[in-house]
Amino acid sequence: MSVATLVSTARPLRVARARRIPPSAYIVAAIAVAVCAIMAAPIVLSFLASIKTTADASAAPPRYLPETVSFESYVKVLNYQAGLATYVFNSGLVALITIGACLVVAAPAGYGLARYFMRGKEIAFLILLSPIMIPYQAILTPLYLDFAKVGLVNNHLGLAIVHTILQLPFSIFLMRSSFEAIPREIEEAAIIDGCSAWTRMTKVFLPLAVPGLVTVALFAFINSWNEFLAALIFMNRETSFTVPILLVAVRTGKLGAVDWGALEASVMISIVPCLGVYLALQRYYISGLLSGAVK
Amino acid sequence: MKTMPSSPTVRRRRARRARNWQGWLFVGPALLFVGVFVLIPLGQLVAMSMTDRSLLGGGKFVGLENYEKIWNDVGFWRALAFTAEYTIVLTPILMGLGYAFALLTVDNTPLRRITRTIVFLPVVIGLGSSSLLWFWLFDERVGLLNKLLVDLGILSEPMVWFITAQRAFWAVVISITWKVVGFGMVLFIAGIQSINPEITEAAVVDGAGYWKRVWRILLPLSRRILLLTTLISAIGSMLAFDQFYIMTSGGPRGQTFTAVYWIYQNSFVSFKLGYGAALSIVLTLIILAFSATQIALTARSAGK
Repeated sequence: MSVATLVSTARPLRVARARRIPPSAYIVAAIAVAVCAIMAAPIVLSFLASIKTTADASAAPPRYLPETVSFESYVKVLNYQAGLATYVFNSGLVALITIGACLVVAAPAGYGLARYFMRGKEIAFLILLSPIMIPYQAILTPLYLDFAKVGLVNNHLGLAIVHTILQLPFSIFLMRSSFEAIPREIEEAAIIDGCSAWTRMTKVFLPLAVPGLVTVALFAFINSWNEFLAALIFMNRETSFTVPILLVAVRTGKLGAVDWGALEASVMISIVPCLGVYLALQRYYISGLLSGAVK
Repeated sequence: MKTMPSSPTVRRRRARRARNWQGWLFVGPALLFVGVFVLIPLGQLVAMSMTDRSLLGGGKFVGLENYEKIWNDVGFWRALAFTAEYTIVLTPILMGLGYAFALLTVDNTPLRRITRTIVFLPVVIGLGSSSLLWFWLFDERVGLLNKLLVDLGILSEPMVWFITAQRAFWAVVISITWKVVGFGMVLFIAGIQSINPEITEAAVVDGAGYWKRVWRILLPLSRRILLLTTLISAIGSMLAFDQFYIMTSGGPRGQTFTAVYWIYQNSFVSFKLGYGAALSIVLTLIILAFSATQIALTARSAGK
């Protein structure tokens, strides 16, 4: 389900009584347009500022539109400190490991919880959900000290582990629901055909749980890409910054003067992957959001 | 004596028991992960909270001294009160506006679909990115929000937002409202949709006007989603850090430190790890009360 088609099956809330459009409909439409304008404005203005020249972007008072289109700011960000490529690589690799870890750990766990009746399963499920109850912000200090001992500070795997902790309860919850939704008859047929537990999972269940897997991967990507506090603490060397930490570094700038054009260019660079992935996979994002929050 | 051939039910039960232990093979890695990376660190956190450990060394056992210190730590209580104020002010705004947007866009016309997508866009971008974006919009020299307010005649000259705690607070509230209002909206749309349309249709037949239907049917029947969303949102606000770190840096004069920010400040700026651990435990206990309610509510509805 995407945001756009969220209500495709629901009947309209306002029941149409006559074909004549009441004046209130125009007011409601005007409000909707105004809401769109207000909500879109910050991103649009930020984009416009990112294609201003450096001088234009720092002009006081500011102008809404760029005088001339210039990619000066993007070039600056490209060559900022260790270079944009390094930071995008750091964020991308951490996100990739997070996705992998979430899938590898959560899919079997969801399968086990959905399809087996072990004694103590409920307790296991509660333990697996415990990271929701314990804010990860609280355990960052012990994790930092442990990771420092084994070389996982300023290390992609280390930060990815922290991001996996964050994502795991949601991922397991979602995978469990996906596997529960698969009819038992299919599983019984596979047992009769003599499939082992492993074959049943890889050949029967995983293909049917693809939407759930995509959702888990999608949330892992977006949340890892955007995560700030752990990245700030664990990736404290200039070459190991992730993109959100780069943004703060660009803001701090050199000699205290903020390069506003470069700042907005880096904001743009940081949000475009999220917007792109979200718009492409909207359906999965919304269904994941709903099942994670209210189901 | 020949053993009796076991009946089909007994055989099936035995087969099931034989394969049930296999479930642990699937759940095991996840349990191990949570054990190693969440529960053990939690234990270490408790132990650390009773030491005077700093990032530079130390680690002498001091009993409950850190907790006694928290009692007298004006900064922490002020940060906690500020976080509570932030949560209490922000949550109703997010829920109210989210519900209003849900009502505005719940019908399936092209304009409403576009509105829904646009309102939701900021939810997927990073909190760091949005905070920096708004830091720029609020800037007194180059910020376009100030320019807009002046152009509209609302302000006579650009305002310095981050100079008083009050204004900084509202700047953050505005930016966060923009950032997460779509989250509540989407959940509320789902809540409204799950209501049987026959109920609203019957109300229309009975002559109930639009607002009466909203007040008497939609709101009461989406109560559970409202409550859950409120809890999720409130927990998120209680743990606020990024937006204040980026937009206010805790200032002016330390008046906008949140609880998490205060812990960060003690642990990673002042290097008082033992004390920071004790603060973390206090915060965890507070959050636990909220999230336990959330899980109980979710579990109850899942059981239905």
